[in-house]
Amino acid sequence: MSDIPSSHAAAEPIKRPTRWHIGIFLLPAFIVYSAVMILPLIETLRLSLFNTVDGQSTFVGLGNFKVLFGDERWAADFWNALKNNFVFFVIHMLVQNPIGVALAAMLSLPKLRFASFYRTAIFLPTLLSFVIVGFIWKLILSPIWGVSPYLMDLVGLKSLFSPWLGKPGSALIAVSLISVWQYVGIPMMLIYAALLNIPEEVVEAAECDGVTGWSQFFKIKLPLILPAIGIISILTFVGNFNAFDLVYTVQGALAGPDKSTDILGTLLYRTFFGFQLQLGDRSMGATIATVMFLIILAGVSLYLFAIQRRMRRYQF
Amino acid sequence: MSQARNSLTRTALVHLALASYAIISIFPVFLTLINSMKDRNAIFRNPMQLPTPATFDLVGYTTVLGQGDFTTYFQNSFIVTVASIALVLLFGAMAAFALSEYRFRGNTLMGLYLAIGIMIPIRLGTVAILQGMVATGLVNTLTALVLVYTAQGIPLAVFILSEFMRTVSDDLKNAGRIDGLSEYSIFFRLVLPLVRPAMATVAVFTMIPIWNDLWFPLILAPSEATKTVTLGSQIFIGQFVTNWNAVLAALSLAILPVLILYFIFSRQLIRGITSGAVK
Repeated sequence: MSDIPSSHAAAEPIKRPTRWHIGIFLLPAFIVYSAVMILPLIETLRLSLFNTVDGQSTFVGLGNFKVLFGDERWAADFWNALKNNFVFFVIHMLVQNPIGVALAAMLSLPKLRFASFYRTAIFLPTLLSFVIVGFIWKLILSPIWGVSPYLMDLVGLKSLFSPWLGKPGSALIAVSLISVWQYVGIPMMLIYAALLNIPEEVVEAAECDGVTGWSQFFKIKLPLILPAIGIISILTFVGNFNAFDLVYTVQGALAGPDKSTDILGTLLYRTFFGFQLQLGDRSMGATIATVMFLIILAGVSLYLFAIQRRMRRYQF
Repeated sequence: MSQARNSLTRTALVHLALASYAIISIFPVFLTLINSMKDRNAIFRNPMQLPTPATFDLVGYTTVLGQGDFTTYFQNSFIVTVASIALVLLFGAMAAFALSEYRFRGNTLMGLYLAIGIMIPIRLGTVAILQGMVATGLVNTLTALVLVYTAQGIPLAVFILSEFMRTVSDDLKNAGRIDGLSEYSIFFRLVLPLVRPAMATVAVFTMIPIWNDLWFPLILAPSEATKTVTLGSQIFIGQFVTNWNAVLAALSLAILPVLILYFIFSRQLIRGITSGAVK
């Protein structure tokens, strides 16, 4: 981005005084953003092509990626983290977003009382930090405190209780659902906004044609809020493949039990910084970050080029 | 008649569903707050009971405020958050003004360049960010965090603010120009006051992830003097994991600022989401 605009102004056919102010308005944002975000991102991508050989940083081409995907020690961790990350994402898409849409659909019913109370309450967990959310749920689900067994006893389901966070088979699902609990407010709010933006004439026309209730929602409103659902899906995707904090606060950097909750974010942290007996490895850290970047980039591009384009025609 | 009853049943069901979900949402927070004010035995014996005069005990709070350096952590979080928001708003608004007000070569390209950061998380550049901060001696300073959060916040700020600035009337700005105002005065004195509601929305959206972030404090500023509340309570809770009074009190203290901020800004936040986010 060498074209700081002010320098071009003078070269334009109509002679105008150099518009320095444009450059001055753009410069601070451009400098901070480039220096702290874009350049480090590029540098990280570049670092993934280097590794330390005999104490010297050496260009190894795609060697790090070969190690990450193929070397027994690395590949097991990497594919496990990638698989878990997909499960994490799929649970969000299947649980968080439909619940969010359903809550928004109910909230947007005309003349609903207490709507702002419900909205506030459901949105509240989104504002809490992962540290708080992680620990609260660890306490609630812990068999030591007994809140969950007690509550399940009230509805006669005590026999079903088990320490979900501590079992490799259920830990990932439990962590995903905690994350869903925290973030359901976001799809709810965005869909709610989209539903409010539907012009009244459209709804009235539907009612005149006798389309009401469920079929009105599915036939009229749902197609109109599809763009919002698209945005939510891509936000969920980016957020999930970049997640780290919740797993770290609930299950620690080792993402236990037995790495069953390890996702790319925790793998990146352990690789880059090291943990306990594992030494930090900058190059492999950069390699994992690059893979995460490529995954997110692929998702975003798919959304922008394949999905959003097709949705355009629904917008008013 | 039957239709009226039908719709009554439906309203009741909707309320039932929404109320149940609202309870699921706030129950954990409620549980933490009430138990943080009880003595140790009561926490275990009757976790669901409100504190009574017999079980009321603030020992957790005295432990946390006495031993943990919570005030320092709060102060750090506060400084970092306020400084970052101020810079995001100032730099973001300036760039948004340039992009929405002037036609110049590279305008669209610059807009796209600044928008990349909305979708690509800054966290992926961590390896090189840490390297850069080490090289410039900024590790374990609050400045490092402020820089990172400013860079992180700018893309969304530019995006939202330039949408709003396009709606400011041209006549007003041209009248200012005829009166001899410089471009800077037009921006600071005419346009900025008009986009204040949008600025508030941006501030809230910028604030939440900064206040709650764990990753960058953990990596860039883990020293005792620069810990933020999020990192501080994470470590504190880890150390005191057997002292339940202290843990619950620490959690409650960490929740409170967010609750207060939320109630100050909630109208702005909801207005922001419902007006601007989905277009």
